[in-house]
Amino acid sequence: MVLVSVEQLYRNYGEHRAVVDLSFELRRGEVLGLLGPNGAGKSSTMSILSGNLAPSSGRVTIAGFDILDQPNEAKARIGYLPEVPPVHTDLTVDEYLDYAAGLHRVPRRARRGAREAAKSRCGLSDSGRRLIGNLSKGYRQRVGIAQAIIHNPPVVILDEPTVGLDPIQVREIRALIGELGKEHSVILSTHILPEVLATCTHVKIIHHGRLVFSEDIAHLDDRLRDTAFVVDAGPAADADAFAAIAGVLTVDTLGPGRFRIHHAANASPAPEVAQLAVARGWPLNELSPERRTLEQVFVDLTTADVGAP
Amino acid sequence: MIAHIAWREFRNLFLSPLAWCVLAVVQFLLAFIFLAQLENFQLVQSRLLAMEGAPGVTDLVATPVLTSATTLLLLVVPLLTMRMFAEERRSGTLRLLISAPVSLYQVVLGKYLGLVGLLLVMVGMLLLMPLSLVLGTSLDWGKLAAAALGLTLMISAFAAAGLFMSTLTVQPVVAAVSSFGLLLLLWIIDWAGAINQQFSEVFSYLSLLRHYESMVQGVFSSADLAYYLLFIVAFLGLAVRRLDAERLQR
Repeated sequence: MVLVSVEQLYRNYGEHRAVVDLSFELRRGEVLGLLGPNGAGKSSTMSILSGNLAPSSGRVTIAGFDILDQPNEAKARIGYLPEVPPVHTDLTVDEYLDYAAGLHRVPRRARRGAREAAKSRCGLSDSGRRLIGNLSKGYRQRVGIAQAIIHNPPVVILDEPTVGLDPIQVREIRALIGELGKEHSVILSTHILPEVLATCTHVKIIHHGRLVFSEDIAHLDDRLRDTAFVVDAGPAADADAFAAIAGVLTVDTLGPGRFRIHHAANASPAPEVAQLAVARGWPLNELSPERRTLEQVFVDLTTADVGAP
Repeated sequence: MIAHIAWREFRNLFLSPLAWCVLAVVQFLLAFIFLAQLENFQLVQSRLLAMEGAPGVTDLVATPVLTSATTLLLLVVPLLTMRMFAEERRSGTLRLLISAPVSLYQVVLGKYLGLVGLLLVMVGMLLLMPLSLVLGTSLDWGKLAAAALGLTLMISAFAAAGLFMSTLTVQPVVAAVSSFGLLLLLWIIDWAGAINQQFSEVFSYLSLLRHYESMVQGVFSSADLAYYLLFIVAFLGLAVRRLDAERLQR
């Protein structure tokens, strides 16, 4: 079931184009990680999805409801955590969550249950009577997340949910996101690349408002699969001999007898390289595939066109 | 939904010391004025007895107190309204309201009614002073009721204008100063009529003060009521439009 559908979304701030021709779909049970450098348009996209910002053109539907034509129906199905958690510092956690529950149409009788459930999911069970203003940044972030899930929305949008949290809290929040991903659709933005691998089923990289990379985690592995390996065959080894092997694209010399051999994806000539080394009597000290990391992909995609509009 | 927002807003106002401080200061100042008027009344009381159709205690004590209250609240209401949207925008909590399945008119009306709740508490406390006179004398209930209604309508109008000003900015103090300026302008705008006869009708109609003066004298006219209601609806409508426009252009 498609819960979020975005079609040809554009958003301009005057001359500046924050979001350019963005289209994607998200189904139940999917966790989408939005990556991008600062100012790439992640937060703008999330503001548009949550109805906080009107798109310049394009269409957003949440569970079949257009965010512009039927805003209240669409918004009732979204839980949104903005970059700055929208918490009232002079309320207690309980007061605030009750207020948020009421705003999200949780019936009066169900509010207590909804509040307690959200609190226990976010690790706030002992903090109900504390004033939000006295909480640390990590705890405020948790209150913000609790606010976003209190009405059990099908779509949860989290803008940098783990910012300001300590490593233990980060793990807890990641576990929570994984749990949410089972029954809801989750969209989260982050700078932290391992977080995406740990929690998401889909990855999208946005750069200058455009979608430059889009893959699900299962296929991401293929995308990242080795297209090079490093071989160390002793000082006698000869680069030209390796280059002559079928399937080898280029050979970089890294040091005496140490080379990086590039090849086409899914067609590794490693066995032939090993055979060659053995046949020539070179000591094969190292033969290690090099994996591209998501970080490399990210850096390649977001630095390739510096200076582009 | 409106009631939910209004109740939260009403309670939020009392969570900050501002509301308590305002209530205390207003009460103290008006009590001082009330006592001064009462003292005055006692001085002239014997002479009034001799006069035909002399003004009573309602005219000489109750009405002046309520009239002073409008002037004082012209200064005070902007302080109460300044945070309504400016502060929410600054702290990012406005996004909670915008992301919720709530129409903007419900947000504006909810916040407005929460504030009006506080103002009603204030009017109630002020009225206790003239009402205490019942212990020793009799009041002109009609006049007192008209003056109280006039005061309520007047400060509700202040609140609506202040609320709109608060939607325009991120800085609460800017909102307070600009709503004070707007209210003072509307307060004294009938002075312009004194200079140029041609416009006097229009300007004196626009003036907040003119519509209040007749009510204080005990004249309840539906035209005055309509003026205040239109004033409130117009500014709340502008506030909704302003918040809606924010989504489009930033």
